[in-house]
Amino acid sequence: MKDVLELIRECFGSLTLNKLRTGLAVLGIVIGIGSVIALISLGQSSQKSIENSIQSLGSNLLTVIPGSANTGGVRGALGAGTTLTLDDALALQKDASITTIANVSPEFSRRSQVTAGANNTNTQITGVYPQYADVHKVVLETGSFVSESDVNALAKVAVLGPTAVTNLFDEGVDPLGQKIRISGQLLTVIGVTEAKGGNGFNNPDDAIYIPLSTAQKIIFGSTSLSTLSVEAKNADVMTTAQDDIGYFLLARHKIDDPASADFSIFSQNDILNTASSVTGIFTTLLGGIAAISLLVGGIGIMNIMLVTVTERTREIGLRKALGAKKNIIVTQFLTEAVILTVVGGVIGMMLGIAISFALAKIINIPFTVSPTSVLLSIGVSGGIGILFGWYPARTAAGLQPIEALRYE
Amino acid sequence: MKPIISVSHIRKVYKMGELETVALDDISFEVQKGEFVAIMGPSGSGKSTLMHILGALDLPTSGDYVLDGQNVSKLSDDDLATVRNQKIGFIFQAFNLLPRTSSIKNVSLPMRYAGIPQEKREATAKKYLEMVGLGHRLYHTSNQLSGGQQQRVAIARGLVMNPAILLADEPTGNIASNQASEIMGIFQKLNDDGHTVVMITHEPDIAAHAKRVLVIKDGNIVEDKKNTKQTRAKYIANQDI
Repeated sequence: MKDVLELIRECFGSLTLNKLRTGLAVLGIVIGIGSVIALISLGQSSQKSIENSIQSLGSNLLTVIPGSANTGGVRGALGAGTTLTLDDALALQKDASITTIANVSPEFSRRSQVTAGANNTNTQITGVYPQYADVHKVVLETGSFVSESDVNALAKVAVLGPTAVTNLFDEGVDPLGQKIRISGQLLTVIGVTEAKGGNGFNNPDDAIYIPLSTAQKIIFGSTSLSTLSVEAKNADVMTTAQDDIGYFLLARHKIDDPASADFSIFSQNDILNTASSVTGIFTTLLGGIAAISLLVGGIGIMNIMLVTVTERTREIGLRKALGAKKNIIVTQFLTEAVILTVVGGVIGMMLGIAISFALAKIINIPFTVSPTSVLLSIGVSGGIGILFGWYPARTAAGLQPIEALRYE
Repeated sequence: MKPIISVSHIRKVYKMGELETVALDDISFEVQKGEFVAIMGPSGSGKSTLMHILGALDLPTSGDYVLDGQNVSKLSDDDLATVRNQKIGFIFQAFNLLPRTSSIKNVSLPMRYAGIPQEKREATAKKYLEMVGLGHRLYHTSNQLSGGQQQRVAIARGLVMNPAILLADEPTGNIASNQASEIMGIFQKLNDDGHTVVMITHEPDIAAHAKRVLVIKDGNIVEDKKNTKQTRAKYIANQDI
């Protein structure tokens, strides 16, 4: 044990001799490990962020979107179709033979310019039924959500998300009872939703909810739905519910072949899995690119170790003359290489964590560092030391003592 | 009594492509325990090659070299390392101490390669450094010492494994002349204590300290003479030891 410590101390002694060169060699590893950690952590953070926002949309959720209607060989864009109507939703809700679904929420949404006094913003306007709040887990901060009677009466009322409130009203103004203007129509604010914790890409807090009838008939003039959200009774019946809805709608739309359905049904798991696999590929890709810089760093270490071996030929010759066997010389130079890479790995790890922390703060996503990536970076940097230190160490050990002693 | 060094018909040929250079032609001699032998010769005579073979740093092309009862002419690299570690104490012209390393660590190095535990290494190193008169320089690094002091550290390093022979290659070549006589005094004393010393040199007055002188020329021994007590005494008196 003492001998190991002495070996390590001796190696540190040799390495600190040429501080600039050692520092530059270490820098290659620092950048390599740092970028691997930062990019993987960034990838995992955005994965988590996307998963969180998908889950915050509601649990046991099935989403039906119109589209894929083949009319005369022309395939319409997904989601842009007009094949899904309010009648479909109401019929689905009423059908007693389907026991797997709990709630049906017909929705129509479109982005629009909204003004309130001198302020204006562009946000997502969603026409909803009262079920929307249950299905999507919308909780009110103040006031009330869109009610059944609001829908029946085509009431000009609106419920605002907290971001929309911030954008439309000055600080200190109570939004309840205020008027906002959408497409020339004045609507009264009747409620504000609780913040869900938004992210930069798709912020559920930046939204305005109005009665579906108001949206369709008064503001946007449309008869179709943009989505139909269905809440299944529980997580176990998700697949059955998906089939039930599918067959029900096929029957209503008089389509025999499920392959030519004019709608698509996604479960939340589908969306989650797709998003996860996309971000997973993304993370791997980023990590792979960063790994190239790690490889370059490793080659830098090998280069420095080869220079060191040449410079220290006399020392190696002396050690061999005094009785050092090949293994002892190999161990000495491998230890130096591993010290270089592990020191670089630890610094790089800290740098990587700092960078991913800063990035997570800047683009407002949760900060995650997996303990495996930390352990892995130390392991990998040690491995790089052994891999790229092996050849120089063998070169050193293979020197003949007389050649080495004679070397000037 | 069995000789400590027995060299018989050693030949060493270097090949440089097509060209063959005969460094040692046919060398045979024996050295008994307790002898002090100087090997002399002009440069190019082959004395350095002989020193490398005697030091188990290189192998002869043909012939046998038996050191302390062990034939070392056909050993593997690692076995040669063990022979160097256990049986030979090297003293080089350029001292060859590890730079920026304390005297005590330098002297301990051969014991580290022999696997001797640290406490014992330090104690033994200290003992030998005191013996060569450097008890007050244990923790000085080699660049803080004079040439003569560095060579004394190297002698202590050569002694710590209690080797069969001390092999000195021009030990005073890099040292100021007043310090050189000190170094030769140490060799004299070590020889008086029973150590076998083999010294390579080209300086006659350094060789005069030895009891026996082998002269090499063109790869062969041309002279093997005993130094009389008178010649030795004369040189030693001249050098004011």
